[in-house]
Amino acid sequence: MLATSRMMTEPSFSLAVSRDQPGSKIAVRGLWMTFQRKGNPADAVHVLEDINLEVRDGEFVCLVGPSGCGKSTLLNIAGGFLAATEGEILIDGEPVLAPDPKRIFIFQENAVFPWLTVEENVGFGVKRATAAERRDSIEHYIEMVGLTGFGRAYPQELSGGMRQRVEIARALAAEPDVLFMDEPFGALDYLTRLRLRHELIQIWQREKRTVLFVTHDVEEAIQLADRVVVMGKRPSRIRAIVPVDAERPRDVDDPLYRLLRDEIFGVMGLDSQGQRVSGESTGGVQLPPGLGPNSV
Amino acid sequence: MKDRAQSIALPLLVAVVFVTGWHFAVKLTGSDIFPTPGMVVAGLVELAQKGVLVKYIVASLFRVASGFLLAVLVGIPFGLFLGWFAPAMRAFNPAIQVLRPISPIAWIPVAILWFGVSDLAPIFLIFLASLFPITTAAMAAVQNIQLVYIRAARNFGIRGLELFKKVVFPAALPQILTGLRLALGIAWLVVVAAEMIAVNSGLGYLIIDARNAGKRYDLVVAGMVMIGLIGLGLDLLVRQMEKLDQVRWGLSR
Repeated sequence: MLATSRMMTEPSFSLAVSRDQPGSKIAVRGLWMTFQRKGNPADAVHVLEDINLEVRDGEFVCLVGPSGCGKSTLLNIAGGFLAATEGEILIDGEPVLAPDPKRIFIFQENAVFPWLTVEENVGFGVKRATAAERRDSIEHYIEMVGLTGFGRAYPQELSGGMRQRVEIARALAAEPDVLFMDEPFGALDYLTRLRLRHELIQIWQREKRTVLFVTHDVEEAIQLADRVVVMGKRPSRIRAIVPVDAERPRDVDDPLYRLLRDEIFGVMGLDSQGQRVSGESTGGVQLPPGLGPNSV
Repeated sequence: MKDRAQSIALPLLVAVVFVTGWHFAVKLTGSDIFPTPGMVVAGLVELAQKGVLVKYIVASLFRVASGFLLAVLVGIPFGLFLGWFAPAMRAFNPAIQVLRPISPIAWIPVAILWFGVSDLAPIFLIFLASLFPITTAAMAAVQNIQLVYIRAARNFGIRGLELFKKVVFPAALPQILTGLRLALGIAWLVVVAAEMIAVNSGLGYLIIDARNAGKRYDLVVAGMVMIGLIGLGLDLLVRQMEKLDQVRWGLSR
């Protein structure tokens, strides 16, 4: 199933090959982020150091790294919710300055509006001329996430996994070019997470949006991504960009798949048992099932 | 089913014991001023037959409704504004915190000075009494909105007044409704006190008039019973609103 698995430990390589590519959708250029603590200029937290990344149109890219490494910060800057200390993020060649309906952010804590029904939530970002078109669009995306029949329900009547589906449908219904997903399945139980990953890939294969997906779960990243961007501990740089040239859906039990996982662990300074092998702090890296205390 | 039967039977039992106890306490002490339950019921019938019972209830409810509605119209927008714009909150909050602990009863002389013996005086007092809980509830409600809702709305290109209408207000509504329920309870307490002093009608007036003109304690207690029952009714009304889907999500029960 896995055709090839190359690994690039030199991050600027990716930048070099793709800088002039016309299909480049998102370009992160020399991005630095430092949080200043109040009242004490000496007490600054350096989160991101010189991040460079190119994402092609329609590509699914996962950012992995230990907890607190700044991958969410990077996503928030890309979403226009945070301003970088230095550098910029270009989308379609335009610098990101503010949130935009053309690129929708999906939050881990679930931002589905509890005062609206599923239909009303999904319709929130729909821009259609006629009421009939609007209704069709809402119905289409509710069906896509498998919630047909739940249109009139309120979010509090749904399970956590269903609410996250509503959020995905709401994002897709706004017909954005880019989806930013910040650990969208992080708060769900293991089985629900597996199912939603599978469904997300099916939807992505149909819709072909550009996806930037943050997770601390290496296995999740390998299952979803075209490329896995591995980030180090804070202050974070890109340590490697690992292409996953494998057919989808991907089988977790494939030995090549395990090989790829071990490669990413290697970059993070872990052996195949998830143990630290170098001086690299593992932070809160979540291990795949059967490999560590965090597994289900 | 068993719970339901109990929740009807047990309170009924308490009521029967209380009323019986009351009846025999009056009989045993031989009081000729304090009424038995039977005399109170007779008093209620007398008031109803004279036509004053309904008239006074309507007068009290009209004052509460007017003052309360006015407070809603002023307090909700003002509270939302304070909750949203931090500088406005910093400017107004100290004044609010000083005015808030002043009992509405303390305003009665001022109200009579400004509005005379008319409906306006109690309406003003009820307005004041409800304004602070409504304003502070709306203010706190906005401050407690989960940031993720605001961010999601901004992401969909919603801003300005539309953001208020589509996200800030509905997100704040459950907590605002809790404030309304509190305010209505206070308003109902205040109308009785205001009517004892500032006007010549209403349930509060009924009580003070029955006592002053002939020590009719049967009518005093009848007035008290009506105040209790109507207060309960008002609270049940707001509780019904709390069951709506648009707010139920934010009210843990």
